Amino acid sequence: MAKSIEKTAKTVQEAVHAALEELRTAEENVDIEVIEEGNKGIFGIIGNKMARVRVTLKETGGDKARMFLAQVFDKMKLNADIDVEEDENSVVLKVSGKDIGIIIGRRGETLDSLQYLASLIINKNRESYKRVVIDVENYRQKREDTLVKLANRLAERVVKYKKNITLEPMNPYERRIIHSSLQNNKYVETYSIGDEPNRKVVIRLR
Amino acid sequence: MKELLELIAKSLVDFPDEVSVNEVEGEKSIILELRVAKDDMGKVIGRQGRIAKAIRTVVKAAAVKENKRVVVEILQ
Repeated sequence: MAKSIEKTAKTVQEAVHAALEELRTAEENVDIEVIEEGNKGIFGIIGNKMARVRVTLKETGGDKARMFLAQVFDKMKLNADIDVEEDENSVVLKVSGKDIGIIIGRRGETLDSLQYLASLIINKNRESYKRVVIDVENYRQKREDTLVKLANRLAERVVKYKKNITLEPMNPYERRIIHSSLQNNKYVETYSIGDEPNRKVVIRLR
Repeated sequence: MKELLELIAKSLVDFPDEVSVNEVEGEKSIILELRVAKDDMGKVIGRQGRIAKAIRTVVKAAAVKENKRVVVEILQ
């Protein structure tokens, strides 16, 4: 849950500064509530009052996404650990554990669905879009390697038999991997046909 | 599974208090009837049913673990 601390100092500014130091964060990542304004008093003696603030860490997209995933896994009775890496534009959630087969699903279908839902949830009330990636035991990297190999193998076949090849339907992310892996191929080119969710990549001779 | 669907739906919509799930259990399959506020329909269906499809995929994955068939119906 959101971490919150209270600090007392001579001025509000000093109290906030001390709190930020303790939380090891910057002012943009927190909500600040002034409990006591603080007052120097007359000549610094009479009516001298300390300033008091409550500083609360804002919930980030990564926090929200982790929370959502943890609850989903709990309801699915799955044992999995979630590791979060977050920067300004993206959140990467790395999942590990023993029930990962169920989390991935057939051809990564369940994983993609979870990723899509998590992305909708953390971007719900945000102004700027944050990309969400959920990976399980390096599945995404392995899948990318597989797709690159597949693309190159099929490209060779297109050249050899001089016939177009249409791949099976893929999601935009996987299609992009195929397109980019053959982008610099001198002999073939790629394009997509059909409508989501049945959009497919076609490889043909240049 | 009912709780899972509730969790997902409530996380997506603007009016979580108006989310309800009714579970109808058959011999081999379970039907989950999802109701949300009128203004939230788009939030659980999405363009070309993309969100609904993702919800169904995740709920079905949960069902696999319990060896059951599950159908998610979104009701008006």
